[in-house]
Amino acid sequence: MPQGQQDARAPEVPAPLSVSRVTLRYQTEKGLVTAVEDVSFTIGRGERLALLGPSGCGKSSLLRAVGGFLKPASGAILLNGAPVKGPGPDRMVVFQEFDQLLPWRTVSGNVEFALRRARGLSAAAARSVARDWIGRVGLARFADAFPHTLSGGMKQRVAIARAFAVQPAILLMDEPFAALDALSRRRMQDELLALCEETGATTLFVTHAIDEAVHVGTRVLVLSAHPGRVAAEYPVSGEAARRGTAAFAALEAEIQSRIFGSEPLSSDAEADHVLEHA
Amino acid sequence: MSLSTLDAVAPRRLPTFSPGARQVVILVALAAIWEAYARYLGNSLLLPSFTETAEALWSVTRNGELPGRMVASLSVLLTGYGIGIGIAVVITALAALNQWGESLLSLLTSMFNPLPAIALLPIALLWFGVGTSSLTFVTVHAVLWPLALACHAGFRAVPQTLRMAGRNMGLSGPSYVFALLVPAALPSILSGLRLGWAFAWRTLIAAEMVFGASARSGGLGWFIFTNRAQLETANVFAGLLAVILIGLVVETVIFSTLTRLTVRRWGQEG
Repeated sequence: MPQGQQDARAPEVPAPLSVSRVTLRYQTEKGLVTAVEDVSFTIGRGERLALLGPSGCGKSSLLRAVGGFLKPASGAILLNGAPVKGPGPDRMVVFQEFDQLLPWRTVSGNVEFALRRARGLSAAAARSVARDWIGRVGLARFADAFPHTLSGGMKQRVAIARAFAVQPAILLMDEPFAALDALSRRRMQDELLALCEETGATTLFVTHAIDEAVHVGTRVLVLSAHPGRVAAEYPVSGEAARRGTAAFAALEAEIQSRIFGSEPLSSDAEADHVLEHA
Repeated sequence: MSLSTLDAVAPRRLPTFSPGARQVVILVALAAIWEAYARYLGNSLLLPSFTETAEALWSVTRNGELPGRMVASLSVLLTGYGIGIGIAVVITALAALNQWGESLLSLLTSMFNPLPAIALLPIALLWFGVGTSSLTFVTVHAVLWPLALACHAGFRAVPQTLRMAGRNMGLSGPSYVFALLVPAALPSILSGLRLGWAFAWRTLIAAEMVFGASARSGGLGWFIFTNRAQLETANVFAGLLAVILIGLVVETVIFSTLTRLTVRRWGQEG
């Protein structure tokens, strides 16, 4: 449960998330497909691991397995040392799709519902925690609005507020900004980053955009495709996480060349494009 | 540019009617046509005029006969409707949680949905005898299958992401069905309830005509049937009007209000 989140970083405490030698397979019409093979990683307390790879590398499947929606064919997924058995609010997920909010509840109602279900808060307590989080994602004026009246970016903010409010052991983000326009996307990345740093939330962030991975992650894990395997791992040091610095550009270029070999690519947009259609 | 030129360019305003007002106008026109034709025909045994029907409606309403019949029909209907909803909820909840439940539901609905409820009346008479139990039985049958089908289709159409979000928040079993699937599928459920209501109402009136239960406590169908036998044609028309009126009130007042307060407010429907 989430109470240990602000604990001292004692070395004997198991990592919030440990994925060891996980293989994911699923049945299709053409037979058994291996999405992810023999992938291992751990995420330390307060760390943000960006899982980066082209479509088809199984990064979303991996996130779903951690979320408990998918059972690994082999390997183990441990959350604070205990095996993951099914979905639960100790691993709140922010999905890419906008329809993750309950359309029959208001913005505040969505967050309150999660708080009451997941943390067993009373209605009054849930309400005040929900209002606080809605304010922190800048939606105070929309607390009583129904989701269908919000823009895509606002819906994602609600989903993020809901996930943070529950104070999960780990936050799982499945390309949460992929369906947003470029401008909102950059803004949301910065806002998310600020929230993560403020709360020290442990996060698994799945993305196919290199710049997003470098900007958001404290560590980037690159997966290769068909099947997904760990191809490389890059720590992101302070300077490199900031957009526009030389270190950021250098790391981005390095990851790009790691994924595409020597093929040079000029802009982010192009990189995204290639990754999406790889 | 002078004002007069502007006036000439501006489109001429025709008197506009709201959709409701248009319907009232059409209704009045229909009543007038009916009245005119009935007077031309001059045979109130075959076709009583609108005014004769209205008079008959007023007198059977005032002497309490029609309201009594309405109450009798509606009480059977509500009982059957309620039982039908209850069974539909149980079956579709099972179907949502379990693959055996799902197979059971698809098998039962594909078997019984095409079966007209009236066709079950002989069996109902055999099992429950002449009386409200038989009427309730066929009403339940009329509501249950279309509603179960609509609920199930609605559940299946709930987006995968919303399902995962629900399970992520710790919903499972009954809480998953009632806190997530039911509200998410409400547009389908409401249309199923509407459909079930229409089927049940028609079935009930028809069933009451086949056998009136005991004459004293018979409903609207029996009222129409006995008046035809007594050649009180204006009363027959009054009974038919009552059937239509009740259907109209339920549709426009109850279901429209429900829709406005729920799915339309939540943006789940056009």
